[in-house]
Amino acid sequence: MSKDVKFVIKRRANPQSAPYIEEFLIPYFPKMNVVAALMEIQKNPVNTKGERTTPVAWDCNCLEEVCGACTMVINGQARQACSALVDQLTQPIYLAPLTKFPLVQDLVVDRKVMFDNLRKVKAWIEIDGTHDMGPGPRVSPKVQEQAYALSKCMTCGCCMEACPNVNSKSKFIGPAPIAQVDLMNSHPTGALQRERRLEALMNEGGIADCGNAQNCIKACPKEIPLTRSIARLNRATTFFGIKGWLNK
Amino acid sequence: MSGKVIVIGGGLAGLMSVIKLAERGQKVDLVSLVPCKRSHSVCAQGGINAAVNTKGEGDSTWEHFDDTIYGGDFLANQTPVKNMIEAAPSIINLMDRMGVQFNRTPEGFLDVRRLGGAKYSRTVFAGATTGQQLIYALDEQVRRYEDEGLVTRYEEWELLSIVRDEEGCCRGAVVQDMKSLEIQVFPADAVILATGGPGMIYVRSTNSTINTGFAAATAYMQGATYANGEFVQIHPSAIPGRDKLRLMSESIRGDGGRVWVYKDGKPWYFLEEWYPAYGNMVPRDIATRAIFKVCVDMKLGVDGENKVYLDITHLDPHEIDRKLAGVVDIYEKFIGDDPRKVPMETFPAVHYSMGGLWVDFNQMTNIPGLFAAGECEYQYHGANRLGGNSLVAAIYAGTVVGPKAFEYSNGLKQHYTDLPLALFERAKEREVAKQKALFAMQGQENPYKLHQELGEWMVNNVTVVRNNNQLLTTDQKIQELMERYKNIGVGNGAAWGNQILPFTRRLWGMLSLARVITLGAYHRNESRGAHYKPDYPERDDENWLKTTKAEWTANGPNFSYEPVDTSFIKPRKRRYDVAKEVTV
Repeated sequence: MSKDVKFVIKRRANPQSAPYIEEFLIPYFPKMNVVAALMEIQKNPVNTKGERTTPVAWDCNCLEEVCGACTMVINGQARQACSALVDQLTQPIYLAPLTKFPLVQDLVVDRKVMFDNLRKVKAWIEIDGTHDMGPGPRVSPKVQEQAYALSKCMTCGCCMEACPNVNSKSKFIGPAPIAQVDLMNSHPTGALQRERRLEALMNEGGIADCGNAQNCIKACPKEIPLTRSIARLNRATTFFGIKGWLNK
Repeated sequence: MSGKVIVIGGGLAGLMSVIKLAERGQKVDLVSLVPCKRSHSVCAQGGINAAVNTKGEGDSTWEHFDDTIYGGDFLANQTPVKNMIEAAPSIINLMDRMGVQFNRTPEGFLDVRRLGGAKYSRTVFAGATTGQQLIYALDEQVRRYEDEGLVTRYEEWELLSIVRDEEGCCRGAVVQDMKSLEIQVFPADAVILATGGPGMIYVRSTNSTINTGFAAATAYMQGATYANGEFVQIHPSAIPGRDKLRLMSESIRGDGGRVWVYKDGKPWYFLEEWYPAYGNMVPRDIATRAIFKVCVDMKLGVDGENKVYLDITHLDPHEIDRKLAGVVDIYEKFIGDDPRKVPMETFPAVHYSMGGLWVDFNQMTNIPGLFAAGECEYQYHGANRLGGNSLVAAIYAGTVVGPKAFEYSNGLKQHYTDLPLALFERAKEREVAKQKALFAMQGQENPYKLHQELGEWMVNNVTVVRNNNQLLTTDQKIQELMERYKNIGVGNGAAWGNQILPFTRRLWGMLSLARVITLGAYHRNESRGAHYKPDYPERDDENWLKTTKAEWTANGPNFSYEPVDTSFIKPRKRRYDVAKEVTV
């Protein structure tokens, strides 16, 4: 049986222009996902009124939910379009861009701020150099499993979208970079520089801006224990702050 | 050190070369089509090979080297491969020091698994998302140099063409901001391409959507030689999707997964029967041809389709979660079944290009000052790549190309700053004019539909089994598509955020490289590694132990051949039904 799937898409030619809604009917096929539907629009950019239009712009790359590129708001929820299967979605399917980032066009936004935030919190291990120094520190499988859970963050922006404290009036860096500080600080070499990262987290827009809404952990497609990291670093920054104050 | 080096591509090879350059105090512009963390390297699942011998199996770098050369059916130049294999353990150590969350043994050492074409466990892994973990670590290191002011990132920028001076040397790159479509020229002393493979030529493949091979294609169209284009790896296990064929890692077999179909009402483990020495751990070309034979010739595929079972239901679910969660999640998410309980259904898919830009042992193309590293070059895998070798090749090539580009640019008598500005202005104007011409294309053809047609022809005729008749017809089809290309309509969208225009430009690159692949296959009348012709079923070292070199001309690729470096291991017959002979 052939049936059509209706997509209601919030579009915008550029950040200055007014947004509008355009609807498309895409013939259903088994295992259809949102990305495949958008690809069909590229091949035949005609809306439900039968008007020829410009194809809908969106970001995507790996199409298997490891790159984070195709994040958008699907039926009100921020998630990856590649793993959003039509069979599991209520129809019509509403697509809109993420709202916490500057819009580029249609469903494309600019998430540069997330990468800038990783820089702000110094989310890297300070190695002496790439010359051969033998193996790194030994790590127990249990510690590795915990760290691995944090290291799967693909900077997709779902946690930022879900967080009420990330908004145009706040400078909050959001949950993702805080979890990366937790990851770096838990590494034996990374721990040698932990104070620098804690200091960064205590700056404006840092961890103190977390309102503990706990939306982030529910929004994360990789089930990263974001709230656990935030709690841990809340304690760490508090102790670090007291210690700094006592040593004044 | 006033010079500048541009690195195009922010995957493993590109990021490693940036680190090596920045470490030397070299200023680098890093141009990447996507934010580096979203590069296709994230899709690598199974792991990275190095003879670390942490299981006490007696593995050695020589064994790894021999497996790689043998697995590549002797087409790879042996000197660079040997250097890579010998560096592999130190690369693992380096990545470990950078904080990559590799799986561990109970004692805290690096755990290793087995992948195809090897008798030893030498694949270090981080769950089933090893590529993602490696690239994150390199991206973090580059961010550190960015913080120090040595690296400037241009993410979501694309290479349009390189700048060549009067002597033909590469002197920079013409690049484009993908948001505004603004074109700029970046002068430099050397340019490194680390731009990945061209899998999108086949449309449906395990590759990411950015893998159009455009950067390599544009270099090829500007005079860079393209080598061994006809060697395209078809991975034995992927799951279908109209938008993508999603990879099901070889590590599934490495960790105990078995491949079977029903025969006479009973499970038939055909790989184990046909290849008793390696069983499910045969290399990819062998496994893929066996699956093809079972499904197409014997018509024994699951439900009569080109599918086989990939079965892990007998494995310990906790071990599956510890080692294979990343890939099992993908299967569950996209297919809906739990592989712990129901055998997966998988089939072969276009996966990796062994061919790419020709480079010398210093990773420099035939164009002085233009370097290449990673899947966009041809150097490390011969006629078939072993699982786990792509990650080591990409990172290793980065460690070579960074210092070599540094040496090159510092050894130049004339720096880009000494050259007339007009050279760079002209290069930019050429691209501006081309873009204007693209905008003016208002014909009837849809570029995405043309792309789809190209992919269908390539998948049907230039993959597992190749026949000269079909190859020639395919080349004619590609030429027909190139004719129809002129009648593309790009619509009247503005420049801002426009995605059709860059796609249309990339499509021309894909069509050009498709001819290199197809005609390269047509000319090579033998079977070697991933290249199999039933009319010429044997490897023919006398005539074809040669690297294919394609040069661009207006009338299509011009082919020449050069001998392969076999200075360490004498070519011998490659087979996996019995154990490999010892060569030491």
